Formats: sequence, structure tokens, C-alpha cells
Amino acid sequence: MVPLTVHSGVAVPLLRANVDTDAIIPSREVRRVSRTGLGDGLFANWRYVDGQTGRPDPEFVLNRPERAGASILLGGPNFGCGSSREYAVWALAEFGIRVIVAPDFGPIFRKNCVANGLLPAGVPMAAVRELAAWSDRDPQHNRLTVDLVAARIKGAGEPVPFDVSRAARIRLLRGLDDIAMTDCRAAAIDAFEAERFAAEPWVRLP
Amino acid sequence: MNGSVPIVPTTLFDKLWERHCVETADDGESLLYVDRVIMHERTGGIALDALARRRRAVRRPDQAFCVVDHVVDTEPGRGDATRVPGGTDFIAALRQGAAAFGLRIFDVNDDDQGISHLVSAEQGIALPGLSLVCPDSHTCTLGALGTLAFGIGTSELEHVLATSTLRIAKPATMRVVLNGRPRLDVTAKDLALKLIGTFGAAGAAGAAVEFAGQAVADMGVEERMTLCNMATEFGAATAVVAPDEQVLSSVLATPMAPVPAPVAEWSRLVTDPGAHFDHRAELDAAQVEPQVTWGTSPEHCASVHAAVPPPSGAAARRALAYMALEPGTPLRSVPIDAAFIGSCTNARIGDLRSAATVLAGRRVAPGVAALCVPGSRRVQRTAEAEGLDEVFRAAGFEWREPGCSMCFFAGGETFGSGKRVVSTTNRNFENRQGPGVRTHLASPAVVAASAVHGHIAAPDPV
Repeated sequence: MVPLTVHSGVAVPLLRANVDTDAIIPSREVRRVSRTGLGDGLFANWRYVDGQTGRPDPEFVLNRPERAGASILLGGPNFGCGSSREYAVWALAEFGIRVIVAPDFGPIFRKNCVANGLLPAGVPMAAVRELAAWSDRDPQHNRLTVDLVAARIKGAGEPVPFDVSRAARIRLLRGLDDIAMTDCRAAAIDAFEAERFAAEPWVRLP
Repeated sequence: MNGSVPIVPTTLFDKLWERHCVETADDGESLLYVDRVIMHERTGGIALDALARRRRAVRRPDQAFCVVDHVVDTEPGRGDATRVPGGTDFIAALRQGAAAFGLRIFDVNDDDQGISHLVSAEQGIALPGLSLVCPDSHTCTLGALGTLAFGIGTSELEHVLATSTLRIAKPATMRVVLNGRPRLDVTAKDLALKLIGTFGAAGAAGAAVEFAGQAVADMGVEERMTLCNMATEFGAATAVVAPDEQVLSSVLATPMAPVPAPVAEWSRLVTDPGAHFDHRAELDAAQVEPQVTWGTSPEHCASVHAAVPPPSGAAARRALAYMALEPGTPLRSVPIDAAFIGSCTNARIGDLRSAATVLAGRRVAPGVAALCVPGSRRVQRTAEAEGLDEVFRAAGFEWREPGCSMCFFAGGETFGSGKRVVSTTNRNFENRQGPGVRTHLASPAVVAASAVHGHIAAPDPV
């Protein structure tokens, strides 16, 4: 996983509430047994004129030339609610998104982000709107800088603090692999399991 | 009291957590031991393949199960062919992974196939006091049995398979009390929708919800599963209900129930009086009317007897535009094109009986397409033994094989763009049931009544 420490990039606002993972990647855009090949399907219903990958809708914010190369998505409340599909995060990552700034996130989506090196940064809606307003004035020039070390987002004025769990922060900063981390605790897991099976033998399937 | 050691009152969720918490790191994240894992074809094949590429084993293959439900076809006489482009590859990948790692698979035409959450309950894969994960957001359904159940992503699934643990920070706790006795025409689905409508689609704010109160105590096991199922639409990390006698007798009847059963231990799975919850919410169930959604989030719901409300902001205006509804329109006057009964929310035998009671001796209104997809083979067999399939067919419903079906559109089957569907499913998101489809969520009885009338309708007075 690529570590994330400080990231500067063009922001793209999608401030509506309850943007669900079906909207981020419609199920029909998942055509292969693979974590890749999903970027074109990102926001397919909103991004293309007929809702199918093909003719981009020039009005949709992700298609605007001034948002070219956007890597920081500004979202609304309950971003990434709905289905647990990790395809949503893979699609965002393939499109080039590294950071999502929103007031709060769907619990599974938030964890899927971190597992793939994307930062879900929690910021109150009023502050998200301020960041978006500043970006809107000149998106390519008014880039946001997300500093994960300081947990601050730098826009126009004072850097905006954001909420991220300590565990997620460490994982992202170091680019750690979950399984490798847990492997270091294998002995503790073995011991716990042995105790659990001894105390509650019915848990173990014959 | 127990000598000089004060007993700290503990919530059910905390008890379940403690039973499974291997350790908690300084950063606040815990390693939670996972007793059972069940995966479906939409993500299972990818995780198993990733594990094989790492040259890793499934740490406890005896505790891992596979089921085909998400993209499998539901036409009678089905095989591996799917309407979903590439769907057959997903089924093949899961089957191949299951064979390679020696995992039990409930395959396309297995006698016990069904939607993963129904199969977990029917087989005794989910039991009180166990922890269980599944790469599906509606895994919280199984909290109704007193199971510590979490929906997870694909990377997390791979982690669980490799290590038998889930990395997770302990969520806050929330007690949701449903007071009073609901009207006879009000179901767990209506109470869940009303709860989400009242407190919002992120109302639980990532907490682990315990449902309690008179209305929950009075519910059957299946209704509790419907209630817990909708907890993910409430923004909950998971949900749980203290298992009572009826839950215990239900799980003891499953093929994988332990012998002897730890009944005394299970009966201690309750919240102690005075235990602390981080958040609380209450609803007077007696005041709730049958619900139907009018917008594109489950929080956009109202009484079926009400009118489309005036929009509260931009999101609601956008929802009304998508749904092609005008504020002030009585919901019961809204004509429908289709009715869908199915999904992990409302396709258990009680749901089918409830719909069949409404449909008996009646016909679906002209021009309304209607579909019933039982949640599992077991539900299907029971329904057919009771003659419910004949009731549905005689009413003009199609009677299908088990699967997730039209709960979501994976490129396979849809009622069509612009069509208005009353559905027993869980999500009325834009395009969820297919591009341009307008979904109204409701209980099986409301869906059946709407199908008969050709417009959104309340079930007959009981």
C-alpha cells in the first residue's frame, strides 16, 4: 500500500447527502472478477449522458475541465452509505481519488477506504462547504493540501482540522498491510482461540 | 452483590465484544476473533483468489462457508448462466476457491441454497454468542439471534480468512427502545422505516444498536431479523437483540446447533439493568402506521395514509424529481408499474404468508408486473408445501428460485427505466433496482395490497 503523508491536489465537490456505494459504482459496472477495470464505471449514473459508460455528461462535476486530475473528493453527510462493496473504493482509487472529505461516512465504506490507502477525513459540513467554495473559485489553482501528520487540510484560511481514527492514521501514514500486521499477533490469536475452545467447546465445529 | 467486588452492569453488545476481543492496541483498534465467516459469489472469489496468490491458507476452513446468492439467476430451471454480464465467472470463481480451500458451498441448486443471511440462520451457522462476518452490509440481520455480526469489505474478508480475526475499533453503543404494541397492520419493516425516517439514515452514527422494548419482545424471530436487517440503513455498525426462549428454540432446530446446547450460557446474553449506553433513541410503536418511502433514501418515508411531504431541502427536492412526485399528492393515489417481494429484508416464510393473506382470491391489477422471490430453498419448500406458490401464481405473481434478485440491479433483470416499483427490499437509492427505476420500500402486506390495487395501498383493515 502506498503511504499517504501529505497530499496536495485538485478538489471536486459532490456535496449531496447520502451518496451511496451503488451511486459510486453501480453493480452493473462490476463485470469482472477483479479489483481493477472499475474507474470508468465510477459514478456512471451521473457521469454519463445515458447512465452507461460512454458519452460523458459535460455538466457533471467530475467531467468539468477545471476539475481535471482531481484527487480530493468533497462529500456530504453519510458519504458511502449502503452496500459493503469494496468495488466503490477501488473505482475511486482507480480514478485517482486519494482523500475524501465529508462530515461522516458509512461505517464499512470508511474501513474499505483505509484498507486501500484512501483517507476518509471527517470535517463538519460548514467547513466542507468553505473548502469547496474556495476550490470553486479556481479549482486548478486553489488546490487543497491534506496533511495527515498534522491532521489538517489547508485551503484559503486557517488549516481545517479533520477527524480520523488513530489506527487509520498510523495505517495510512506507514502504508501498512493488515494481514502482515496481524501476523505479528499470531501467537496471541492462537492462545485466545485455545482458551475460547476450552471454555466454550460448542464454538468449535466438529 | 458478589462480596466486595461490585458488578459493573454491562450491555449485551459489550458482553459479546468481550467474548471475542483478542486484544486492543494502543491506537484503539481491536483484534476480534471471528467464529464463522460466510461469503457470496460477488466478493468471495476475489478474496479467495487473493489468498491463494499470497500462498496463504484459510486459517479455519471448518468455520468458513460459501453461498451463491447475489448474481445467480432466479428463473425456474436455472443453471450457472446469469443475465448479469460476467456473472457466471463470479459463480465459477467462488466455486473454484471453495474447492481449492475445502470450504462448504451452498451452490446454485443446493437444497439449502439461499440469501446468505437466511442460510446462516437456517443452518445454525449464526448462533447466539458467536461472532460472524460476511462481505455484505446486511449481515447485521443476524444480530436478531444474539450473534455479533458484522458486514465487511473484500480486503477485510481476506484478512478474516487468513487470520480468523477482524481489525475493528469498538463502536459506541446505542439502545433503541420500541415501546408499546404496534397496530395489527404494522410490521417490523414499518417500525424500521419509521425509526430511520425519524432519526435519519445516519441516525445510529456508526454505533452498535441494541433493539429492545415491548414491541421487540412481542416480535417473532423473523420480524426481529427484518428489524436488525434495516440497521445498516440507519447507519449502524451492527444491531443485536437479546435472544429469548423463542430464539433458542429456533436455533436449536437448525442442523448445526450444538449438542448439548449451552442454553444457560445463551440465556445470560442480556443487557444488565443500569448498563450504560452511549446513545439512546425511543419510538412509540403504538403510534406507527404502515410506512412507504417517497424518495431515494430510506429516511424519506411516510405513513401510507399520508401525502408526499413538502421538500425540506435540496436533497429532498432532488429525490422528488427522481421519483416524479409532487408534494401534497396522497401516497395512496400513486399508480405503480410493478411489485417485488424478496430480499434478505422480507423474503422469509412469515413475509410470504403475510403477502399471501392479502393476495388470496385476488388478482394483481392489470398492467402491474409482480414477482415473488423466496429468500431461500427452505423458505421456498415450506411455502410450496403450504400452497403459497399457488396463491402467488393465481394472483398473477411470478414465482421464482431463491436469490437476491431485483433487490439490486447488476445488469441482469429490471422492471425498466421510469417504472415505479413497490418493493419489500431495503434500498430505494437512485438506480438501485435498475437505471431510472423508482423504488418505494414497504412491508410485504403493503406491497401485496399495492399490487392488487395498482397503486400504493394500505393492507386491508384487520
